[in-house]
Amino acid sequence: MLEIRNLHVRVDGHEILKGLDLSVHAGEVHSIMGPNGSGKSTLAQVIAGRDLYEVTGGQIVYQGRDLLELAPEERAGAGVFLAFQYPVEIPGVSTSYFLKSALNAVRRQRGESETDAVEFLELVKDKIQALGMDERLLSRALNEGFSGGEKKRNEILQMAVLEPRLAVLDETDSGLDIDALRIVADGVNRLRSADRAFVVVTHYQRLLNYIVPDVVHVLVDGRIVRSGGRELALELEERGYGWLEQEAGATAVGA
Amino acid sequence: MTTAHETLERWARTPYKYGFVTDIEAESVPPGLSEDVIRLISGKKDEPPWLTEWRLKAYRHWLTMTEPRWPNLHYPPIDYQAISYYSAPKQGQRPRSLDEVDPRLIETYDRLGIPLEEQKLLAGVAVDAVFDSVSVATTFKEKLAELGIIFCSFSEAVRNHPELVRKWLGSVVPYNDNFFATLNSAVFTDGSFVYVPKGVRCPMELSTYFRINAAATGQFERTLIVADEGSYVSYLEGCTAPMRDENQLHAAVVELVAHADATIKYSTIQNWYPGDEHGRGGIYNFVTKRGKCLGRRAHISWTQVETGSAITWKYPSCLLLGDDSVGEFYSVALTNHRQQADTGTKMVHVGRNTRSNIVSKGISAGRGQNTYRGLVRIGRQATGARNFTQCDSLLIGDQCGAHTFPYIDVGNRTAHLEHEATTSKIGEDQMFYCNQRGLSKEDAVSMIVNGFCKEVLRELPMEFAVEAQKLLEVSLEGSVG
Repeated sequence: MLEIRNLHVRVDGHEILKGLDLSVHAGEVHSIMGPNGSGKSTLAQVIAGRDLYEVTGGQIVYQGRDLLELAPEERAGAGVFLAFQYPVEIPGVSTSYFLKSALNAVRRQRGESETDAVEFLELVKDKIQALGMDERLLSRALNEGFSGGEKKRNEILQMAVLEPRLAVLDETDSGLDIDALRIVADGVNRLRSADRAFVVVTHYQRLLNYIVPDVVHVLVDGRIVRSGGRELALELEERGYGWLEQEAGATAVGA
Repeated sequence: MTTAHETLERWARTPYKYGFVTDIEAESVPPGLSEDVIRLISGKKDEPPWLTEWRLKAYRHWLTMTEPRWPNLHYPPIDYQAISYYSAPKQGQRPRSLDEVDPRLIETYDRLGIPLEEQKLLAGVAVDAVFDSVSVATTFKEKLAELGIIFCSFSEAVRNHPELVRKWLGSVVPYNDNFFATLNSAVFTDGSFVYVPKGVRCPMELSTYFRINAAATGQFERTLIVADEGSYVSYLEGCTAPMRDENQLHAAVVELVAHADATIKYSTIQNWYPGDEHGRGGIYNFVTKRGKCLGRRAHISWTQVETGSAITWKYPSCLLLGDDSVGEFYSVALTNHRQQADTGTKMVHVGRNTRSNIVSKGISAGRGQNTYRGLVRIGRQATGARNFTQCDSLLIGDQCGAHTFPYIDVGNRTAHLEHEATTSKIGEDQMFYCNQRGLSKEDAVSMIVNGFCKEVLRELPMEFAVEAQKLLEVSLEGSVG
């Protein structure tokens, strides 16, 4: 589904990703872990198409298409979803209006019919309940005055409504207490299916107790330095990132 | 991949939709202003001597005045002798019914989306159509007359209801009020007149649609609305003009009088030609609008959506004389390209327990400059007066400007005033977030802008709120950074 080859990315003249390779198949959950500043969020933003990041080399192939050729909204239409680390606020635009507009924009791109208000409410009601969210959030301005946990749940709600093929979660666990974390993880787990893939970016192993990944990758200094199963995450929890950073440093020097 | 900035640029370049010219023979007076011209205008309208004298008094006073230089607006000097002060489509006899109106005029309003045939009109909206210097048609007059409501062109009111006009003309905006209002008092041509009798709730929206057509003419309309005790009226005005390279002057005066327990809701959707992206052409819009809450619990509410004009200078205001009277001002002003707006309100609290509410939303895009200027004055007798002011500015791109000049003058220590102001920018973050959810850049901008203006748009009569939203979209096309 997603094939990233030798990806190089710069921001403000600094190279952040330095030849990253990643291969994700439908039905899989991949976790990207790594120390602060290793390039995890950069990877998430580049997949979604943020133009602050300059791709200087490599390619991203998504469902057989060159993802880098597509505008962010076209990527969304093609089924790419990013759960933001810092969801934005849009004053005066209600959450339900925003979500309905997004759903219809995506449906139009997919050649599907648009949803009407009644249908939309039906659709969203179940999902909002499952996420333990207050229904009144729907009539409030998007993310305005939402708590950190509400914002993150709202991201998962949007994911559930938009039904993407590839969902990238950028530190969705940060700032969540244990109850919220469990709710968010449940929301993700409910969406796991054979034709959908997840890339879960996180700093801590904690989230992976609830969203059990198929593959864990460790990103250090712009490259994936180690990949493994779930046990790799547990090892990281025990030993930290230092040893991998040292190894990566040694490799770089050796090369 | 286009950047948000490029998209906004493109958006800003969308052409003005109402820029066509109606090919109709007009009767215009030659350019220039003198007592003779004023007598000529007054004569064409068969005005009584007192009105001719009132005009001349205004003109003589105007000669002693100078154009205000305090606004945050920059434009070359206006040559008042190069303007024609009267232009009317030739149509022989004054038409007595719509059947007698020149079909080209009806077609013009059709193209503007304002059908004048009553059966085609939006249910519940009566229209007075003003074309250059004259009113060409007023709809639903008979139906309103059954309730005793007078809704007609100003000229007609002078002919048929001279006692009302004489009593209230200049009672809110005196002939010597300010440079532009005084000019208007001397040369005003047409406009609308509304009188709602005691205790009557006007059952439909009243509206006037102003159209400038002729070149090198100014438009100087005058609107007077009097709401008698316990009555209610909601009035809306809209305006457009052809695209021309020259600037045209529009200097209107609106006077509102609300008696005890009366409510006047006055909404404006101003879409005069704004000029092109280089700042060529466009209307100079210098307007004086003021309402007087004469009696207890009178209520005047101004709502404006200002998207057009090269220059906008207007401060719809309320004089809160009656105890417990209420003044409101809700404004969206959008400047794109080289447009400039200096707009706001004055709330003058005189009566006890008077309240005012100001919500101003300024949007600047392109190289637009947007200024909020407002005055809240609490008089010595205005015990228990309250004001709430909220001024928000939204910047789109990095070449525009937003400016705020709030004046507060309090003469009574029991007054309670609040002022909130914010300035924000449509950020790359907001744009990217919307794009990531599948929304195009155009949709994202219009969603963010409409969200920003929501508190004002919801004050508009339902029929026009949608139109205003679309107008904001069109007016902004091409602008996010």
